[in-house]
Amino acid sequence: MKNHIDERRVISVIVMNESSVLSRITSLFAARGYNIESLTVAPIPNSDMSHITIATKGSSRLMEQVTKQLHKLIPVYKVIEHEEMVEKEMVLAKFPIAENLADISVLSAAYNGGVVNVGEEMIIVMVADEPKRIKHFIEASQRYNPCEVVRGGVVAIER
Amino acid sequence: MGQMSGAQMICEALIAEGVTTVFGYPGGAIMHVYDEIYKQNGFEHILNRHEQAAVHAADGYARATGEVGVAMVTSGPGFTNAVTGIATAYTDSTPMVVISGQVPRSLIGTDGFQEIDAVGISRPCTKHNFLVHSLKELPRVLKEAFYIARSGRPGPVLVDIPKDITVDIGEFNYPDSVDIPTYKPTYKGNKRQIEKAVEAIKSAKKPLLYLGGGIVLSNASELVREFANKTQIPAVETLMARGVMGADNPLLLGMLGMHGNYASNMAMSETDLVISLGARFDDRVTGKLSEFAKYADIIHVDIDAANIGKLVDVDYPIVGDVTEVLKAMLPQLNGVDTARYKSWRDVLNHYNELHPQSYIDSDEVIKPQWAIERIGELVGKDAIITSDVGQHQMWAAQHYPFDRPRQWINSGGLGTMGFGFPAAIGAKRACPDKIVINITGDGSILMNMQELVTASEYKIPVINVILNNHFLGMVRQWQTFFYEKRYSETDLSFQPNFKALAQSCGGIGYDVSTKEEFDEALKDAIKQDRVCFMNVQTNRFEDVLPMVPSGGALFNMMLPETTKGDE
Repeated sequence: MKNHIDERRVISVIVMNESSVLSRITSLFAARGYNIESLTVAPIPNSDMSHITIATKGSSRLMEQVTKQLHKLIPVYKVIEHEEMVEKEMVLAKFPIAENLADISVLSAAYNGGVVNVGEEMIIVMVADEPKRIKHFIEASQRYNPCEVVRGGVVAIER
Repeated sequence: MGQMSGAQMICEALIAEGVTTVFGYPGGAIMHVYDEIYKQNGFEHILNRHEQAAVHAADGYARATGEVGVAMVTSGPGFTNAVTGIATAYTDSTPMVVISGQVPRSLIGTDGFQEIDAVGISRPCTKHNFLVHSLKELPRVLKEAFYIARSGRPGPVLVDIPKDITVDIGEFNYPDSVDIPTYKPTYKGNKRQIEKAVEAIKSAKKPLLYLGGGIVLSNASELVREFANKTQIPAVETLMARGVMGADNPLLLGMLGMHGNYASNMAMSETDLVISLGARFDDRVTGKLSEFAKYADIIHVDIDAANIGKLVDVDYPIVGDVTEVLKAMLPQLNGVDTARYKSWRDVLNHYNELHPQSYIDSDEVIKPQWAIERIGELVGKDAIITSDVGQHQMWAAQHYPFDRPRQWINSGGLGTMGFGFPAAIGAKRACPDKIVINITGDGSILMNMQELVTASEYKIPVINVILNNHFLGMVRQWQTFFYEKRYSETDLSFQPNFKALAQSCGGIGYDVSTKEEFDEALKDAIKQDRVCFMNVQTNRFEDVLPMVPSGGALFNMMLPETTKGDE
């Protein structure tokens, strides 16, 4: 069998806004043992459709099968297997106020972000960047003892 | 149409869809609908004695006619009993609508009495399913359910309806048409691909038609015969395609696969061009994939794009309805050189002479293969044959002279024991003028034997020929071959009195142990207007052969020598 190398893939699925549509998609992955790395959903403005972005791993043969199976679902309008895309992910991170705030602020600015909230005990920053760089940001932020990091999942758009 | 209750809307929608028979079983959550069924005259309702049987009956009805089968069940256990029937219909792509009751909306999610998540459970075994959220959407959902069930690659659609919606009163406007922007099945094949495929056919030396159940679903058998006749290309049929070519067609080699005949499996192993029409390269057909059609390019015509390239690499993929694709192909094959494939046909005919589909008959005992051939001789082209699952199913597929599509109804994909009897009831209701015979085994028949009561009550005279070897025969065969004859839990020596069982439910029973008795019983059963059990004692240790051991290459067949007399 050719094309059996597992690669990271990002697909966009355009679906009708229905109550059970997300579970149809995730159970399709689950039933076949395909892994979902990240998944985001949001309604498409001025339509009755939603845009789902799924990051997963698999061979091109597997991805072809996934794409076709997704297409078969009645509420699925379109499946886009991204090749040339702009891909972004957002992350929120919370640090103790006692840490070096200037450093944290510079760090998040370096990754397309900044401080979004400051409380009595905590400071919260938001950054939005490519998933690979998000990983770097999280690594770099470790020295400031983050108490909580929440990743938003990937969104992508074809160039 | 004016104001009416949800329950009335369901009945009106069924009538509008042309439904004449509904198979089902009432219960708490679906009672309002049954109350309306009581009041109407638009369709009849058959009360099967188990929800699984009701769905199989709707399935048999659908397969015999090509129409959408309809089953109705209540919530909770009513629905879960139906799941096996729905899954059976799903794997064999039967057009079907199943309507299930659900607890009232206010109780959903509270673990109410007889509440179960029907759309959750049925998601992997339906083409699509709906939980109806409001009375307003009910007519549209029903319309879409029928449309989805019968269009594209057909399949079962579940409509789960909370009880309070069936009581609510509202305006009924049944839509004339359906528009689902996300669902547009492809019927016409790509023109360019079809041209390329035709070129491949013209330049092949050893082409082979690989015919699947999609041809039956698409009602394309006549076109397939025309194609074969025009090109003189030999053909093999899958289990689901029996009857497509017709038993007497000289171009038909037979069935291929695990229990295919020698010539069919060798043809697939040696062909240089597979022309796959409505088949899906099931593992029971292909055997070891790396050895399957090793020397061939593959043309794959399928209405379901996901089937193409799923298991084998395809050289000429054509997404479309077999009927439409053949209509486009046939004119392009005018003047095709039929002599071109003659030496290939000669080779295959030689294979058939070398190892024909055969068995060694006996004068002492009824051989199951003899029984099936005898049914063929006595009722032949007219009858509809259903089957359960196991040895008898394979023997029926191998030995019955199937002459037309929709004559052979069996659970090929899911392999559901207990399918045959209720499916026969559905088929007989759909085709009352046809003789309907369920070829079954002493294991399978017990899995839906309560249908004796249904068949008796509604005077649906189906004939069950029980090929009784006092074994769960197919599993026994594997135990003989692969488990050193350890017959773990397959000995069915302890049996009911089948004759008395049939009689106790208002049917007729026959005990048969000689060929004369077999003829007498069958001829008598055909004349009766009651359901029959023919309990036919066969030899215990007959094997289904040829056999390709699971996972082996198609050309490595165990061929029949005769039975080995293990006793």
